[in-house]
Amino acid sequence: MSTLEVILRAAGLLAAFLLLPLLVGQTEHKVMAHMQGRLGPMYAGGFHGWAQLVADGAKFVQKEDIVPAAADKRLFRLAPALALIPYLVALAAIPVHPGFAVADLPGGALFVLAATSVGILGTLVAGWASANKYALIGAMRSAAQLIAYELPLALAVASVTLAAGTLSLGGIIEAWKPWWLLWQLPGALVFLVAAVAELQRPPFDMPIADAEIVFGPYTEYTGLRFAFFLLAEYGGIVVMSLLFSTLYLGGWRGPFDDLAGWAWTLLKGFVIALLLIWIRVSWPRLREDQLQRFAWLTLIPLALLQLAVTAVGVVLMGGSS
Amino acid sequence: MSEHKGVVPGLLKGLATTARTMTRHTSTQEYPDVRPELPPRSRGVIALLAENCTSCMLCARECPDWCIYIDAHKETIPAATPGGRDRQRNVLDRFAIDYSLCMYCGICVEVCPFDALFWSPQFEYAELDIRDLLHEKDRLGGWMDSVPAPAALDSGAADPAEVTAQRAPARPARVIRRSPAGAPE
Ligand code: SF4
Ligand code: SF4
Repeated sequence: MSTLEVILRAAGLLAAFLLLPLLVGQTEHKVMAHMQGRLGPMYAGGFHGWAQLVADGAKFVQKEDIVPAAADKRLFRLAPALALIPYLVALAAIPVHPGFAVADLPGGALFVLAATSVGILGTLVAGWASANKYALIGAMRSAAQLIAYELPLALAVASVTLAAGTLSLGGIIEAWKPWWLLWQLPGALVFLVAAVAELQRPPFDMPIADAEIVFGPYTEYTGLRFAFFLLAEYGGIVVMSLLFSTLYLGGWRGPFDDLAGWAWTLLKGFVIALLLIWIRVSWPRLREDQLQRFAWLTLIPLALLQLAVTAVGVVLMGGSS
Repeated sequence: MSEHKGVVPGLLKGLATTARTMTRHTSTQEYPDVRPELPPRSRGVIALLAENCTSCMLCARECPDWCIYIDAHKETIPAATPGGRDRQRNVLDRFAIDYSLCMYCGICVEVCPFDALFWSPQFEYAELDIRDLLHEKDRLGGWMDSVPAPAALDSGAADPAEVTAQRAPARPARVIRRSPAGAPE
C-alpha cells in the first residue's frame, strides 16, 4: 500500500465516520418523532429539517467549554476522545466491498471487539474525572453493565468465527450462507441485545438515565466535548450495525455484489440501525440489576448453547472452512 | 425469555404500537406556518367592551391577585327638564389588566354583571419585557373583534329576553289620571 493510498483511505474513513453517524442521528430524529406522532425537526435546512444536526453542531461549537474546578482536568479533557476514537478505529476494520476494508486485518473480528470495548473506558473515565456524584454513579453503572454484556458479546462472535473457521471479517462474509440466518439466530439475538447494552441506549441506558442521575458520566460536559460523546454514541451505532450485518447478514453479499457490494453493506447496516432506533422508541429502561439477571440467566446460557450448536454443526459438516 | 410470561408479548406489542403510530398522521400543529384550530371557548386573553363597563369595580375586587386597575370619575349630567334632578354617572378613565400577574382564572369574566368582559381565543401577545404585559383599555378593547359569537341556543330553548321584548305588541302610552284632589291614584 503506497503512502498516498493510506492517506486516501484514512481520509475516506474519517469522512464516513463523520457522515454516517449524522445520517443515523437524523434518521433517529425523524423516525422517533413519527413513531411518537410528532413531526420532528422541520426548519433547519429547509426541507424537513435535514440540516438539524449540522445546526446542533454549530451550536455546540459556540458553547462555553467548562471544566469543573474539582475535576481531574487531564482525564476530563481526555475522556471524549477515549470514547470516540475506538469506534473510528473499529470502523476501519469492517469490510465494505468484496476484498475491500479500510484496514483488512486477518484477525478482524477480534480487533473490532477489542476496539469497541475500549470505548466504554471513555464513559468510565468521564464519570470518574468529573468529580460529580451523578457522574460517578453513572460510571459505576456502566462498569457493572460492562461485565454483563462483554461476555455474551464475545461468545456470540466466537460462535460465528467458529462456524466460518476464520477470524477475518472478510472471510466470515465469504463463508456465510443464507441458512446461517437460522443456525446462528440465537447468537444474533444475543449479539443484538449485548450491542444495545454496550451502546448504552434504551432499554439499557441506565448509565446515563437522565430521569434518575441527570446525564450520568456526561453531566459535567458542555459544548464540543459533549458533542463528541454524542458522536461516539451514533458512531457506535454505525459500527455495531455494520458489524452485525457483517457477522450475521452476510455483509456485502447480495445480487450484483461485485458491483454493488458496498451498497448492500450500507443497506443492511442501515436496517439494523433502524431496528436499534425502533427498540429505543418502544421499550422502557431496565434497572441495572435486571440487566445483570438477564445477562447471566438468559444471554450467557443462550450464547453458550449457540456455541455448542455451532460446534456440533461444524463437526457434522466435517469442519467447514 | 424470562420467568414472566408477559414479557415477550409485551415487548412485541410495544414495537407494534410505535410502528403503527409511524404510519399514521402526526398530531403536530405547525403553528407559526399554520394557524392552530382552537376551540371557541379557549381562554386566550380577556377583552373589554368599555361601553358596557360601569366602573363598578366588582372585577377588580374579586380578582384573586389584584391585577385589574380601574380609574373612574363621576360626571354630573345636568337635568333634562327645568326643575328636574341632576344625574351622575361613572366615566371610565383607565381599565388595565396586568397579564404578567393574571392567572386566567376567569373570575373577572364571571363576576361582571354588565357583560363588559369576554374571553377571546387570541393568544399572540408575548412581550420581551415583563413590564410590557400591562395592557390598557384600548388594547383590551381591540381584542373584542376576536371574541367568538355566543353559542346558539338549544332548539327547544325559550327565546332570549331581548327578542321577546322586541316581539311584544306596542303598549299604548300610559295616561296618568289625576284625582280631583291632585294626587295620583
Ligand atoms: S382572569 Fe382572574 S387573575 Fe386574570 S384578571 Fe380576571 S380575575 Fe384577575
Ligand atoms: S365588573 Fe364589569 S362593569 Fe364592573 S368594573 Fe369590572 S368590567 Fe366594569
